[in-house]
This record gives sequence, structure tokens and C-alpha cells, in this order.
Amino acid sequence: MSHNLSSPISEEAIRELKVGDQVLISGTVFTGRDAVHKYLHDGGELPDGVNLDGGILYHCGPVVLPDDNGEWKVTAAGPTTSIREEPYQGDIMKQFGIRGVIGKGGMADKTLAACKEHGAVYLHAIGGAAQVLAECIIKVRNVYMLEEFGSPEAIWEFEVKDFPAVVTMDSHGESLHKDILAKSEEALAQRR
Amino acid sequence: MSRLRESLIELIRRTSAEIPDDVQTAILRGLEQEKEGTIAKSALEIIERNIGLAKSKSQPICQDTGSILFYIDCTVGMNQVEFEQEAREAVKEATKLGYLRQNSVDSVTGKNDGTNLGPGSPNLHFHQHTSDDISVRLVLKGGGCENVGAQFSLPNTKLAADRDLDGCRKVILEAVHQAQGKGCGPGVLGVCIGGDRASGYEFSKREFLRRLDDRNTDPKLDELEQDILKTANELGIGPMGFGGKTTLLGVKIGAANRVPASYFVSVSYMCWAFRRHGATLANDGEITGWLY
Repeated sequence: MSHNLSSPISEEAIRELKVGDQVLISGTVFTGRDAVHKYLHDGGELPDGVNLDGGILYHCGPVVLPDDNGEWKVTAAGPTTSIREEPYQGDIMKQFGIRGVIGKGGMADKTLAACKEHGAVYLHAIGGAAQVLAECIIKVRNVYMLEEFGSPEAIWEFEVKDFPAVVTMDSHGESLHKDILAKSEEALAQRR
Repeated sequence: MSRLRESLIELIRRTSAEIPDDVQTAILRGLEQEKEGTIAKSALEIIERNIGLAKSKSQPICQDTGSILFYIDCTVGMNQVEFEQEAREAVKEATKLGYLRQNSVDSVTGKNDGTNLGPGSPNLHFHQHTSDDISVRLVLKGGGCENVGAQFSLPNTKLAADRDLDGCRKVILEAVHQAQGKGCGPGVLGVCIGGDRASGYEFSKREFLRRLDDRNTDPKLDELEQDILKTANELGIGPMGFGGKTTLLGVKIGAANRVPASYFVSVSYMCWAFRRHGATLANDGEITGWLY
């Protein structure tokens, strides 16, 4: 199944998504990775202007350069490995009302449980596809905490159009990652 | 700007934006093998499109432009101090130009000064030889794939891995299984059997300088490489861990001597965005040819 998603997303819309669904994301997306997760989990407040309620958080440290007119231009923006945020993600999701997390490599049980309880999904983007994904970012609206965290770790506010991803963890307790891990374990056991 | 610095900036640009042809061929083979309508197929289609876009726009294939690893074969008498200084300046300039992300963080203070320069960055390996040729190879290795590397000490009771090639096979396949799609598969393994903990990983990374379509000159290691490639691709992990037939694009295994008490197997994982190029240089630093 193919779906279009744009924030703010309702819980109802999220509950319709199933593992294996391909989605095209449009609208506002905020980036946040290691430093942001730790900061928020330690009790840090979201900067003014960042609203994650019903929103989408993207695990991404983009390459962003100022252009000749002083505007930010994204030149590379694929997902980073999400599992590093596992200790924090579920709590942050619930606290700030996040409905979708874009990343790569999948996440584990704590996040999966939070997706089920709160109504959220994990959206797997293609790791390394920095150019295809940068083309889907049509505008850099703002950047927050650039000074504190540095460019890759800052919170970037993007407007995206038709950003492709796959639902690999849904709000019904299903995870493609768990499934593939178990199946590949079985296949390996036969070939050891 | 010196000729050498210009050449090194061009090497960085090319490495960051253009996938080597041997890697692209392996990716296209994987794309053909995946079934129509699967998410594995669509992942590889996006990857293929990304490779084309990066090259035409001269922008990074992946935003994680990685650890910067230079391998230099140099003549006796070449000034290595000067070469290193030029390489550092080239890295700084390439970062300003956006070929490299601001990617180097002070591990104590957490600060990223945006230059990509600091202890260990860039990382230069000089090898002096008696020939008159100078060549420089560059590998940019992203953090996602670096994080799924693994080092095993044999024997390993849990995996029933003894100190022999079958034991090596078991632990290498375990590393593939543990990595799943987290290292941005389909990936390439660089493996070192033996060495110590530091040299094992160091040697395993040097395997990435080999072309994917070469064959190991040691028949036993060649057999092991082919076996692991075939077996890994039967595990159903697939591109990005989405399931499918293409889990690995290649396996390269080398060996180093070890002390009798140690038997390490060091496995480095390279993502599909395998960034590696190299050039031969004239004495003044001008590029005289490309190695890949």
C-alpha cells in the first residue's frame, strides 16, 4: 500500500499504517539526532518555534550550506542510524506528541511499545540516499540550536515534498526488523 | 594554492560524489536480482538514482562523509610532513565546498569546529617504497557502517567457533547477522584474520582498497570469500534489512600474523555508499591517472 502523509498527523491516520506500507511525506519535518535526544530526555525545552505535536522527527545530520542570497541550501540529507536514540525515543515521542520518526536501521522494543501505546510509526528512509532525499527538501525554514550542537546535530526545520519512506514499525506492535532478524537467524542456523 | 592541494581536493570531491564503477556494477546486479514490487527492489532503485544524482551534481553520495582515510604510497625522500599539511588544508577546503560534511567532533568537549581537522582527522597512512611512483588512495567511511564492525577472539564458545577457517566463517557470518540492515546494506566486508586488536581492524580496512571484482590470490581465503558472499545472500536480510537477496556486494579477507596466544578476526563493514578512489601523482602533485 502507498500512502501520503503530511503533518500534523492524527492518531487515526497513523493507526491505518501497517508494516511494509510505502509512504510519501510532505509538509514540515524537524531533524533531531543524538544531541537533541539526550538534551530533551534530560529535561531540556524545545526552542520557540519547534512544535512536534502531530509532527515528524527526522534522524538526520544534513550537509547545509548558505547560498549566495544568504539562504540555507541542503546539499545532502539522508537518515542516520536510529538505534542510538532507543533509550530516549519512546519517552520523547509521548512527551511531545510525535507521530512519525524517520530514520534508518529500525529501533527496538521500547520504541515499538511507545508506538503502540501513543500511536506513532517508524518510517525507514533509504540510508545513504542523501541526494534523492535532499531533492525532496524544498525549503529550509529555520534552524535551532545551531550554536550549541553544531550543524549536523542542530534542529533543522524542513519543508519536504514526496519524501519516500517505508513503514517498518507500526502502531500495532509489528516490526519488520524483528521479523527479519528472526528469519535470518533461522536461515543462518541451517548454514552454520 | 599548491598543485598537490588542488589534486587532493579533486580526489576528495570525486570520492565523495562518484561511486567507483566496480561497486556500481555490483549494485546494479543486486537490483536485477530483487523481485519486482518489493521494498528491497524499490530501495535499490532509490540507491541507483542517488548514485546518478550525486555524480551529476558533484555532491556527497551520502551526507555522512565519514572518517577520512588516506593511504599514500610514496618515494624515498618525499616530504611526508609537507604532504600531511597539504592534505589537512585540502580537507578544510573540501569541507567549505560541501564535498565533506562538518564531521569531526572533539570527543572531550563535544565541540565541532567545522573544519574536519583534529587529532586523528584526517587519518594518513604512509607507505614508503623504492619505486618512483607516488599514489594516494582515499576511503570515506561513514559512521553507520563503522558502528556495525565487530572483532572476535577465537575460540568463541557461544558460536562454537574454533581457531581455524571454519571458526572464522562462523564469526564473520555472525557479524553479518548482527549488522542486519543497520550498516546501510547491501554492504561489503573487509576482514582481517590475525594481527592484534589494533592492527586487525587496520588491516581489515585496507581490504577496501581492493576492487570488488578481483579474486583473492590465496585459494583458501578466496574460497572463504566466495562462501561467505553466497551464504550471506541466502540469509534474507536484503537491502537496508528490508528482506531480499542482496545482503552483501562483496567480501574481502586478508590475514596477518598473530602471537600464539591470540586469534582475532576483525570485521569491518562498508555500506553500499562505498566511497573509494585513488590517483597517481607527479612529483609536483599533479594527477597523472586514476586508480579505480
